[in-house]
Amino acid sequence: MNVNRFIVLSKSIQIGKRLLACHVRHAGKEVPHFQQQRSIKTNSRNLAYAKDLFLGQVNKAEVFPFPEIGNEEVEEINQLVAPVEKFFNEEVDSARIDREAKIPPETLNGLKELGLFGIMIPEEYGGLGLSNTMYARLAEIISLDGSIAVTLAAHQAIGLKGILIAGNEAQKQKYLPKLASGEHIAAFCLTEPGSGSDAASIQTRATLSEDGKHYLINGSKIWISNGGMADIMTVFARTEVIEDGVKKDKISAFIVERAFGGITSGKPEDKLGIRGSNTCEVSFDNVPVPLENVIGEIGGGFKIAMNILNSGRFSMGSSSAGMIKKLIEMTSEYAATRKQFNKSLSEFGMIQEKFALMALNAFVMESMAYLTAGMMDRPGLPDCSIEAAMVKVFSSEGGWICVSEALQVLGGLGYTKNYPYERYVRDCRILPIFEGTNEILRMYIALTGMQYAGKVLTGKIKEMKKGNIGLVLGMAGKKLRTTFGGSVDLGLTGKDGVVHPSLAESTKKLEQNVSFFGSTVESLLYRYGKTIVDEQLILKRVADVLINLYAMTAVLSRASRSISIGLRNHDHEVLLANTFCGDAFFKNNYMMTQLQKYSPENNDANIKKIARAVLENRAYICSHPLERTY
Amino acid sequence: MSGRVLVGVKRVIDYAVKIRVKPDNTGVVTDGVKHSMNPFCEIAVEEAVKLKEKKLIKEVVAVSCGPQQAQETIRTALAMGADRGIHVEVAGKDYETLGPLQVSKILAALAKKEDAQLIILGKQAIDDDCNQTGQMTAALLDWPQGTFASEVSLEGDKVKVVREIDGGLETIKINTPAVVTADLRLNTPRYATLPNIMKAKKKKIANVKPADLGVDLTSRLEVLRVDEPPQRQAGMKGSTELSRRDS
Repeated sequence: MNVNRFIVLSKSIQIGKRLLACHVRHAGKEVPHFQQQRSIKTNSRNLAYAKDLFLGQVNKAEVFPFPEIGNEEVEEINQLVAPVEKFFNEEVDSARIDREAKIPPETLNGLKELGLFGIMIPEEYGGLGLSNTMYARLAEIISLDGSIAVTLAAHQAIGLKGILIAGNEAQKQKYLPKLASGEHIAAFCLTEPGSGSDAASIQTRATLSEDGKHYLINGSKIWISNGGMADIMTVFARTEVIEDGVKKDKISAFIVERAFGGITSGKPEDKLGIRGSNTCEVSFDNVPVPLENVIGEIGGGFKIAMNILNSGRFSMGSSSAGMIKKLIEMTSEYAATRKQFNKSLSEFGMIQEKFALMALNAFVMESMAYLTAGMMDRPGLPDCSIEAAMVKVFSSEGGWICVSEALQVLGGLGYTKNYPYERYVRDCRILPIFEGTNEILRMYIALTGMQYAGKVLTGKIKEMKKGNIGLVLGMAGKKLRTTFGGSVDLGLTGKDGVVHPSLAESTKKLEQNVSFFGSTVESLLYRYGKTIVDEQLILKRVADVLINLYAMTAVLSRASRSISIGLRNHDHEVLLANTFCGDAFFKNNYMMTQLQKYSPENNDANIKKIARAVLENRAYICSHPLERTY
Repeated sequence: MSGRVLVGVKRVIDYAVKIRVKPDNTGVVTDGVKHSMNPFCEIAVEEAVKLKEKKLIKEVVAVSCGPQQAQETIRTALAMGADRGIHVEVAGKDYETLGPLQVSKILAALAKKEDAQLIILGKQAIDDDCNQTGQMTAALLDWPQGTFASEVSLEGDKVKVVREIDGGLETIKINTPAVVTADLRLNTPRYATLPNIMKAKKKKIANVKPADLGVDLTSRLEVLRVDEPPQRQAGMKGSTELSRRDS
C-alpha cells in the first residue's frame, strides 16, 4: 500500500463539511494518538458502537450483553403501559381522527391527564422523568394512532427537547412545567420553503433590536407539526456573530412564545396520512424575543438542532414494531378464518411468507430500538446518533413494506376504508420522509463512519512512519489473512464468546461480514479519498451494509440473552435471529462485492447515464415502441 | 367512626384476552397471559376514592389476596387514589384453591383488625363469576350488606344503597359498618394517570400472611375438570309464514 498517498488523502478528508460541520469538533489539531482515542475526548465525540464496524472490528462490550433494566423498572414500565393501552383501546377513535383531520379536544385532554406530554421531562419540573428505554416502550403503544404519535413526538421529542438538553436552569423552570402538563404545546421550527434537508441554509433572520434587549425574528417556516396550536416554539434563525474579528452568519436557537406577538400560522396542510396531526406554515414578522430566550450560545444553534433530532430518532424503531405487532394480530385473525380453494389463507405459502416477514421485521426493529435506547441510557452520555439513524432508516422502510403486505393479506377488503389498513399505509408513508429523510440519513451514517475510519487509519500510518514495526507487521499480516480467505475470528464465539452456541453460526457470518466491511471501507478510502462525498450510490451501499450489521448485532445480542435467562419462546427468537442473519449475510456480501473495484455486479455507471439522459430531457426519452422510421 | 374503607381488588385475566383451556383440562392458561384488575373491583375502588374526595371517609385501603403479582393490582388501586395497600400472600396450591369462602374469612379478619367502617367489593369476579365474597364477608362479620349497588350515599352513620335487582331498582338503608358490592352502573372508573402511578410508588403496601390473621385456607371444593364451552352451532332460518302470523 502506498503509505504516503494515504496520508495525503486522509489529511485532506474534509468530508461533507456542510452535512457534518456541527458534528466534528474540528480535527484541525493533531490527529490523536490512536491508542488513546477512547479516553481523550478532545477530538471526535464519544461515538458508541457503529464506528468500529468501519474498521472491521466489533466492540463487544458496547452491545453484549443486551441491555437490561432493573426489576423495579420493569414493574414500573408494566404499570405505566396498562393505563395507556387502555386509553388507546377505549378512548381513541382513529377512524374519526383521520376523517375529521383533527384530534378531538377530549382525547387531547385525556392524553394530557395521563401525563403523556412530559414523558422525559424530569419530575422536578412536573414531568415523568422516564428514561429513553421507557420512552421507547410507551412509544410502542402511542403509535397505535399515527396522528397522536406525531403530535406527541413533535411536542416532546423535538419541540421542547432544546430546552431540556441545552436550556439553562431559568429557562427550564419557566417553561418546562406547563409543557409537561400539556397546558402549553411545543413545536420545532427549522424547515423553510428553501431549506429542508439542507438545514444549514435557512434564511430566517434574528437581528438585535435597537435597545439591544431583544432579537427580532423575521422569516417563515413550513411543515411545522403542531404549528397551529403551539404556544412555545423552538425557532432557528441566522444571527450575525463576530468570530476572530470576522463577521459571520451563524444559526442560533430561540425559545419563542406565541404571546410575543407577530406570529401567524397558516391553514393546516391537507395531508395523505397522519391527518389528525396539525401541520402548517408559521410566519414570523418582527417577533421580539428577549435575550434570555436564546438556547445555549448565539451561533451554536445548528449543533443544538442536530442533537435534538438525533436524540429522538431511535423511538421510531419501537413505534414501528408496536404497530406491526398489532397488524400481525389483526391480519392473522383474518388469514385463519378466510377460506379459498377450501383452505384457510394461513395454509398458503405466500401468505405465510408475509407473516414471517412481519414477525422478522418486528423482531429486528424491537431489538435495534431497545439496544440503542439501552446504550443511550448508559452513564457518560454516549453519542448514539449513528445507531439512532440506522434504527430510523430500517424501521421506516420495514414498516412501510409490512403495512403494505398486511393490506395485501386482506385483499380487496384491505383497500377499503371500512378497515384500518389503508389508514396505516397512509400514515406510514411519512416515516421515510420526516425526521431526516432516509437519503440524508444514509449519507450521514456512511460519511460519519468513514471519516472516523479515515482518521484512525491515518493515525496508524503515522505510527508506521515513526517506525513502529510491530504495527506494520500486524497490518501486513491482517492484509494477508483477509486476502487468502483465512477464517475470521473477532472473539464473539468460542471460549470467551458472548453469544449462545445456538447462534454461533450466525455470529460467524456477522464476523465475516464485519471483517469484509472493514477492508471494503479501507479500499474505498484509498480509491476515492475525499471525493467519496459525491459518490452517493456507493455511500448508500455502505450505509445499507452497516444497517444490516447493526441489525444482526442487535438480534444476536437479544436472542443470546433470551436463551441465557430462559425467556418464554426463546427458541422462536433463535429462529428469527438465524433467519434474519442468514438473509442479511448474503445481501451484505452482494452489496460489498458491488463495492469492489471494477465489480461487474455494479451497474452504477449505467444508472447514472440513464438518469442524466432522463433529467436533461425532463422526460422519458425512448421512442414509442409503435413508431416507425419508414 | 374510623372513616376507613377497605376495598378488595382481585387480579384476573384481562377481559379482552381470548381464554384457552389447558391441554390437561385442569384449568385455563394463565402463563404469559395479560392480567389486570377485575373491572368490578375498579368500580369499587373508584367509589371509595370518590367518597374520600367528598370527604365523607378518611382513608382507602386496598386489599388483594394472591401471589407476588397481586401487588401490581394493589399498585393500580393506589394509582387510582387509594392511600395504602395490604397484600395477603397466598401462593402455590393454596392460591389454586383460593375461593370466596377463604377470601371472605381474610377480609373479615382484616376488617376487624383495621377497624373498617365500610367494605366495598366488586359484585363478582370475571374469572369465576361466583358473586359470593361480599355476601359471605357480611355474614361472617354479621354486618348488613348492600349488594349490586348502582348508587351509594353515606348519610350519617347509615348507608343508602340503590340496588339493581331483577324487578328494577331497590333502595335500602343499612347501618354501618357494612359491606357494599359494586355493580356496573355505579360509576365510571378513572384512568390511573402516569403521574399518579409515579406518586403511588411512595405509598406503602403491607405484607400479611393468612396464618397471621388466624385464617384457615382449606377448601371444601375440588375442581374435577375444565372444558371449553360447546362450539356454537349454526342457527336455523325460520319460515317467514310463521313470523308473520305471530306479529
